[in-house]
Amino acid sequence: MRSRQIATIARFTLIEAFRTRLLWLFVIVLALILGTAFFIQQLAITESARMQIAFAAAATRLAAVFVLSLHILTSMVREFNDKGLELTLSFDLRRAHYILGRLSGYILIALLMALVATLPQLAMAPPAAALQWGLSLMLELAIMAALSLFCIVTFTQFLPAASFVFGFYLLARSLTAIRLMSDTPLLGNDGLSHKVISWLVDALALALPALDRFTPSTWLVDNAASWPALGANAVQATVYVVLLATAAMFDFYRRNL
Amino acid sequence: MRPSERPLGAVPRAVSLVLLAAFGAQIAWQGMQPKPVASAVALNAPPPLPALRVASIGEPVVLAQLTTLYLQAFDNQPGISIPFRDLDYRRVTQWLATILALDPIGQYPLLMAAQLYAQVPDPARERLMLDFVYKQFLQDPNRRWRWLAHAALVAKHRLKDQALALHYAREIARLAPAAPGWARQMYIFILEDIGELESAKILLGGLLASGEVKDPHELLFLTKRLDAMKNAEIQTPMPKYGQPEPAPAGKP
Repeated sequence: MRSRQIATIARFTLIEAFRTRLLWLFVIVLALILGTAFFIQQLAITESARMQIAFAAAATRLAAVFVLSLHILTSMVREFNDKGLELTLSFDLRRAHYILGRLSGYILIALLMALVATLPQLAMAPPAAALQWGLSLMLELAIMAALSLFCIVTFTQFLPAASFVFGFYLLARSLTAIRLMSDTPLLGNDGLSHKVISWLVDALALALPALDRFTPSTWLVDNAASWPALGANAVQATVYVVLLATAAMFDFYRRNL
Repeated sequence: MRPSERPLGAVPRAVSLVLLAAFGAQIAWQGMQPKPVASAVALNAPPPLPALRVASIGEPVVLAQLTTLYLQAFDNQPGISIPFRDLDYRRVTQWLATILALDPIGQYPLLMAAQLYAQVPDPARERLMLDFVYKQFLQDPNRRWRWLAHAALVAKHRLKDQALALHYAREIARLAPAAPGWARQMYIFILEDIGELESAKILLGGLLASGEVKDPHELLFLTKRLDAMKNAEIQTPMPKYGQPEPAPAGKP
């Protein structure tokens, strides 16, 4: 009974994505990216295929994250504004199951987007590397889906939620570089302030997923990733999706509708 | 009015427990990951100029400036500082040339070449950078003479290559009429320094006779200098080019 409720919400979330033409939008964005990548390949004097693949992969990754996050935020804001949420919760449905249903739907959308994004890479890059890249993109999008859901449930407003999601994403992707910079005082400043900052950055790194280890374009153009590395990403994604989902449930239970 | 939040007790215990467990798992997982290790990344060749022009979306100067900052910061990578002598200087000159092609009016890349990268304690790399400055000078002498003047000083004092210094100084005099007098007269004093007193005297005399120098102070200084050269030649013959010159008093 409970799992059927979750599946129904997930199915309607998926239908909503199809009806709002999300996948078509993503296909158009992907076509623009591939066109630009082809243009770059034509301009390049050397390593043209490498440039084409790397640009297409990096831009596709960013576009997928942004399109998915924006879709989730607008979808949930619409749900709040249309009072669809109140209507759904007026049935015999636990709030946790509503969140699980929504999250399952969004993760399915992430899966479809990752699949669509991987198809061109399969044609351009070695198949095994493209497959690993696509799986990693799926995991990254799952984290971003859970994060977007958590943010919109917590903030309820589009602008603060979107700002948090994109700020979080940028920070999670650059945190390793920030750690390296904070660990090594290049200017010779090894005082207390530097130690405190280094400690804070290390603490932040414990709480955030290291998204720079996910989906790099070097997997496609230089060396394919090792499967254990992909397995580590899968563990990280699972832990973080569970964390964000329960955090969203926690906030959602505390909300007075 | 309803309070915006329900009490903590409204949250099922299972949700709170899973949240805590997931947070603990996240901390444990990230704590188990090895600390990132800094590794130097080699400088790649710059992207092709046409691609950069397209990427600049009509703002090549801004892209040139951003590229300049990228190159300037390249030796300070996260967690590691790369000495200049470990940089691939041919690649560096390619980047500098690309930046100058994007923004020909800009002087920053020439400053980096002459004042930054040419300070490396490696004569081969220094020469590469000076040669870059010279080649770029040839493309726009009236705007880029100052960097070649600096290159002449580097050649003279650091490389101790008087012939190269003289060549650069002569090129400024020959090709950069917009350069100030001191820069265009530099080769005369280099000639004097290396003992080519006769040549220096003739050139300085010719310069004074040409009427090109109009400033009375400069005219007086150059006339005195010419007289000093004549007196020096009478009293003590200057060492000839090729003979060791006295050690410089201080580091340039």
